[in-house]
Amino acid sequence: MGLLNLFSKPSASVQRLPRGSLTIDRKGQVVATTVPSAFPAEVVQEVGAQVLRLFEEARRAQMPLAELNLHFASLQITARELRGGAVIFLKPKNLFLQST
Amino acid sequence: MTQNAKQTRPKILLVDDDPAVLEPYRDLLAQLPTKPEVFVAATGARAMGLLKTETFRLMICDLVMPKMDGLQLLSIVRRRFPELRTVALTGAADEQLRARAYALGIDMFWVKPDTRGNMEMFLQCIESLLGREDEGGFRGIQSKGLMDIIQMESLSQSSTVLRITRGALVGKLWFNSGDLVDAETNDGVRGEPAFRQILGWKSGTFENLPAEPQRERNITKPLNALLLETAQVIDEIAAPLEGHSPEAAEEAGHRKNVLRLAAMTREGADFVVSLPDDQPKKAEAWGTEATELLSGWMGAAVEVWHKLGQRLEAGPFAHLEGRALDHRLVLLPHEGSTFLVGWPQDAEPEHLTERSKRLVATWGS
Repeated sequence: MGLLNLFSKPSASVQRLPRGSLTIDRKGQVVATTVPSAFPAEVVQEVGAQVLRLFEEARRAQMPLAELNLHFASLQITARELRGGAVIFLKPKNLFLQST
Repeated sequence: MTQNAKQTRPKILLVDDDPAVLEPYRDLLAQLPTKPEVFVAATGARAMGLLKTETFRLMICDLVMPKMDGLQLLSIVRRRFPELRTVALTGAADEQLRARAYALGIDMFWVKPDTRGNMEMFLQCIESLLGREDEGGFRGIQSKGLMDIIQMESLSQSSTVLRITRGALVGKLWFNSGDLVDAETNDGVRGEPAFRQILGWKSGTFENLPAEPQRERNITKPLNALLLETAQVIDEIAAPLEGHSPEAAEEAGHRKNVLRLAAMTREGADFVVSLPDDQPKKAEAWGTEATELLSGWMGAAVEVWHKLGQRLEAGPFAHLEGRALDHRLVLLPHEGSTFLVGWPQDAEPEHLTERSKRLVATWGS
């Protein structure tokens, strides 16, 4: 059936979800990361910057946070405060193994 | 074809950047028994344009497209056109893609049909999705009040268990031969208080479960008397919104606050802050004086989750859990507002999100 291969397109691709961890210093610079290098570095940087912003805003609100868990429908971001910086874990969710 | 027949033909929007896909699939889909009108779009932008001008029943979207990919398009469409049924079609059997597409709330994820049998099954599923709206029956109680449904069960002398769900809140009503014998909510309230609580929910979904004739009777009052009493209470709370005196408005506002504080105490939360998405409205707080500081952080968190969600294409934001020095925190969106619920540091972290969802679900009721 000639129609059966119509949706195959090796050229374009959908952006993968990141998996791995990264450590950022207090200035928001990525110190170390295990996120695959195929994943855009600027997006990894952006994740670090946004997480750091959450910790900073919490300190400003006089509610300093030691740990954060951001749950998106298909990704979980866990971050632990680290002397003004943070260590961040990125974990895609599996639809069929999700417990919550 | 008559005008009526034309009007009832469902419309399908097929989105793919490859013109060689669009034409043959349009022809195949147009031959389905419901005789749908099939529109095609080669880009996400073109698809959005069509969605604004036509009313579609179903959108079939390829996931791998340049510029705006299928996940991005589906994400926008699910937000702007929640009634539209959506199907993601892809050439790759990728578990992560499937999870992300379903997380966006699509109706069906289908890997490219690779055999004639699969193609037939695909077309049957599409036909089924197109036909669902004609099957009739209730999908919810938005247009039908819960009171009406309860009265119908009573008048038809049904024996059934009516299960009502409003977000994280679940309630059950037991009917035996049209007689209401018991009510219970998932936070442990039973009998008449549970019935009144359930009737205060503004919207939700319901389903009929098999009857339980052995259910112990906890409600002795006649149903009509209970309905009347509950309706009066609801009217009293709603009255100020309909132009009654400022004193009555103040009293109703006070009453609402008491109910909310009671819900917080029941769940064991220390404080709740609500920040409406509609920014001119102000944040409100219960159990804390630090409204401005906390709502400032909530506003920043909302910005962060929007940015990260879009940048990573990770689907809708569900919730945030945080651990501060003296509190555990849960931040979650609910019905046009963002809620921050503060829990004692020693609260069991495993169930805090569920408990927070249950708590904020009572807020609008």
